[in-house]
Amino acid sequence: LALYFHIGEREEKCIIEDIPSDTLVVGNYKVQRWDIHKHGFLESAPGLGMFVTVTSPTGEVLLSKLYGPQGTFSFTSYVSGEHIICFQSNSTRFAVIAGSKLRIHLDIRVGEHFLDESAIQAKDKVNEVNVRLEHLIEQIHHVTREQDYEREREEKFRKTSEETNSNILWWAIVQTLILISVGIWQIKSLRDFFIAKKLV
Amino acid sequence: GALRTLCVAALLGALRAGGTELTLELPDSAQRCFHQELESGVKFTLDYQVISGGHYDVDCYVEDPNGKTIYQETKKQYDSFSHHTEVKGVYTFCFSNEFSTFSHKIVYFDFQVGDEPPILPDMSNRVTALTQLESACVTIHEMLKAVIDSQTHYRLREAQDRSRAEELNGRVSYWSVGETLILFAVSIGQVLLLKSFFTEKRPSGGGAGT
Repeated sequence: LALYFHIGEREEKCIIEDIPSDTLVVGNYKVQRWDIHKHGFLESAPGLGMFVTVTSPTGEVLLSKLYGPQGTFSFTSYVSGEHIICFQSNSTRFAVIAGSKLRIHLDIRVGEHFLDESAIQAKDKVNEVNVRLEHLIEQIHHVTREQDYEREREEKFRKTSEETNSNILWWAIVQTLILISVGIWQIKSLRDFFIAKKLV
Repeated sequence: GALRTLCVAALLGALRAGGTELTLELPDSAQRCFHQELESGVKFTLDYQVISGGHYDVDCYVEDPNGKTIYQETKKQYDSFSHHTEVKGVYTFCFSNEFSTFSHKIVYFDFQVGDEPPILPDMSNRVTALTQLESACVTIHEMLKAVIDSQTHYRLREAQDRSRAEELNGRVSYWSVGETLILFAVSIGQVLLLKSFFTEKRPSGGGAGT
């Protein structure tokens, strides 16, 4: 596994995936614990697991499972939007030993279906091309879904901009009217006041 | 014949060993670091962009296994950094929002490791076994990956612009309401204040001039 980062024992780290609906997301992770005595990361720590929580844009929890020190998780999005994937270890060591931390290796793939090259080789030629073509069709579907989602978002963007535009216009008119009417009230009020006070 | 060599060339040229793209939230005054173990003689590219938050800027630096800083930028909105590794080991790149006191940023980064020298002997064996259809399939696959990359680029740009537009909308609404309230308060206050100048408790009653 490629990229890794560090977190504290009880810390939760989240990543955001902004994806269209009906998209499959697959994640591979590996977690290691820092050993102070050996000054290195242990290859495996017994009992060490990882809580993986996936929250949909509507707040609904799509996935909340405890996995072992190494694992694969996947989920399919129902709605388009920002999905939040959170990682937290199941470590119960509340007394945080100085310098204790966890290393998480992470690899997340969105919308891709792995093409198992070795499996293809074993089959016959026609089947091989068949599998490749299906994989390509899946990829193109993913591109189409992303485009549809993009269209949705651009529409929201355009609505916001138009709302800002009309807001500015409306408030400018309202404020000018208020200014004029308040000005008139001020003069009238002061005039009445001075007349009453026999100054004018 | 020619088509096959073309497909092979496209296949070898477009091959990418892999990479990771992540979107994360950087709380204020925080730093997030990521590490990757790389061989020497490998080219990697780090693209990052701030999608929302504050002034849409972030600090970023990249360190090689010897601790030498090979890239450092402050308050950048987006950038792309490529490097050919000379040393084998763990490369670190960090994003920092430490200069900001109250705006958390959402940062997207794409760390691609690629252009590895193809293992030619195996590849040539596979090439003779690949039919033209298969080569075409692989080429289309690589091109679709480029399409997806391009889509991501536009998605990020749109997300950033939309974030700014929503911020602008909010600001216009709040300031307009605030200004109207201030308008009322000031104008009514002015009249009351003026009136109070002329209503002093004098037995002779009224006035400024005598």
